[in-house]
Amino acid sequence: MNIQFRESTEAASPLTAKDAIKTAIADCDIHPARATRTELYPYLAKRWQHHLEVYGVHAYQGMMEGPPYPKAQPNASRRDAYPPEGGPQGSSLSFMQKQHLDPSNVQLGVLNPLNTGQGIRNHELSAALCSAINDWQIDKWTSKDKRLKASIVVGNEDGLAAAAEIRERAGDKNFVQVLLLSRNVEPLGQRRYWPIYQAAEEAGLPVGVHAFGFGGNPITPSGWPSYYIEEMVGHSQCQQSALASLVLEGVFERFPKLKMVMIEAGFGWAPSLAWRLDKVWQRLRSEVPHVKRPPSEYIREQVWWTTQPMEDPERREDLFDVIKWIGWDRLLFATDYPHWDYDEPSRVLPPGVSEANREAFYLGNARKLYGLTA
Amino acid sequence: MARHVIAPVDELPPGTRKFLEIDGRPIAVFNIKGEYFGLLNRCPHQGASLCEGPLIGLAQSKKPGEIEYTKLGEIIRCPWHGWEFDVRTGQSYCDPRRFRVKAYPAHVEPGTSVVKGPYVAETIPVRIESDYVVVEL
Repeated sequence: MNIQFRESTEAASPLTAKDAIKTAIADCDIHPARATRTELYPYLAKRWQHHLEVYGVHAYQGMMEGPPYPKAQPNASRRDAYPPEGGPQGSSLSFMQKQHLDPSNVQLGVLNPLNTGQGIRNHELSAALCSAINDWQIDKWTSKDKRLKASIVVGNEDGLAAAAEIRERAGDKNFVQVLLLSRNVEPLGQRRYWPIYQAAEEAGLPVGVHAFGFGGNPITPSGWPSYYIEEMVGHSQCQQSALASLVLEGVFERFPKLKMVMIEAGFGWAPSLAWRLDKVWQRLRSEVPHVKRPPSEYIREQVWWTTQPMEDPERREDLFDVIKWIGWDRLLFATDYPHWDYDEPSRVLPPGVSEANREAFYLGNARKLYGLTA
Repeated sequence: MARHVIAPVDELPPGTRKFLEIDGRPIAVFNIKGEYFGLLNRCPHQGASLCEGPLIGLAQSKKPGEIEYTKLGEIIRCPWHGWEFDVRTGQSYCDPRRFRVKAYPAHVEPGTSVVKGPYVAETIPVRIESDYVVVEL
């Protein structure tokens, strides 16, 4: 009789150092979280600590009841990403290292904190919270793990305060980009946001536009949808509106050295948006004479795209066609760790990609864009 | 097909699961209402530790407005992307043509039959009287 007794083993992450992918990667969308509600207090003036205790924060949010998350999974995150010491997913550096950075061979990780001071109606509080988040990113993350780089979080609805925060952080090697969200009070190309682009361009920092945010508007152009699945799809619609606004308001024309990164909203829609913009621009260009070139040219020259959540068509050739239009030099690999729709590095890119394109996709493009060429 | 002793039955009561590595393969064994099922603990989609997800039911709808919720506690939901699999069969409800979790038969055998194995006798000689959950791999 062939029976063997087995000792129980801990349920471990499928990614262990043993089967780590060989390819070194950049992860251009990592979400660090606070372990406790008051974790930012050391970086906030007493005045704002008291304000938070008495009044809390008021976001531009249509739904008045309940937090926008958790959705789909606890905290919109992987169920296996709770740190052993407690706290929400993404709140422990040591666990992030053990579960993700080490086994995934992450050489560069770009932090994009959410639930910060962005989209808060009290602009002074917004600026204070954003500044606190930036100090916290250095203290808790980038100074403790040199692979990690932070995004400068800014109070997006107050362009001047945001620009001041960018100038304050400019030249600090802990930071590699400015972070905006796709859902704002107004479309992102409008003038109130221009000081942000000006300061970012001067500092030589790309501006990342991450899906989500609080603008007070429905996630879809046709109103509040019933289901979370509609919101997931709505993020790409928001991103398309933001990108069209950036082009048509003349942001790329006005700030020709500005680099934008579209984060977590897909990229399969990029060619058709650009084709449509080009077509209507040919007919209606007299309305926007400040847009001097076909919209697609600005998009191809000044926009980068993070991969997660990557489109996954039946035929991989369809994906390659889209990437060919965008350019293999424009994609930045991202996992979205620790969120539930995390992309596994070794499983995300279909076979049939040249070694040079693979390297650019996983690491080279990010290093170049963020000025971290090894 | 080798059979592997997983645990004495009283260590795996209904509603619980146990994670093991057998011949380098991550395996999870479930006790669902007194029946035992083994699954490969790796989601066929992107490789997550599938069985760390919650056990839920199966929501189906024959037509809009009518929702049937069945198989309560028999559907494992992947902790990453929420793909659903039937613990009894490994069947996918997302894309049954392409994705399926490898299922391994699991059942209970009397201690008197399993203790003849080469390792068991040395490891747990005092528990010969127990029944054991056994998975076939």
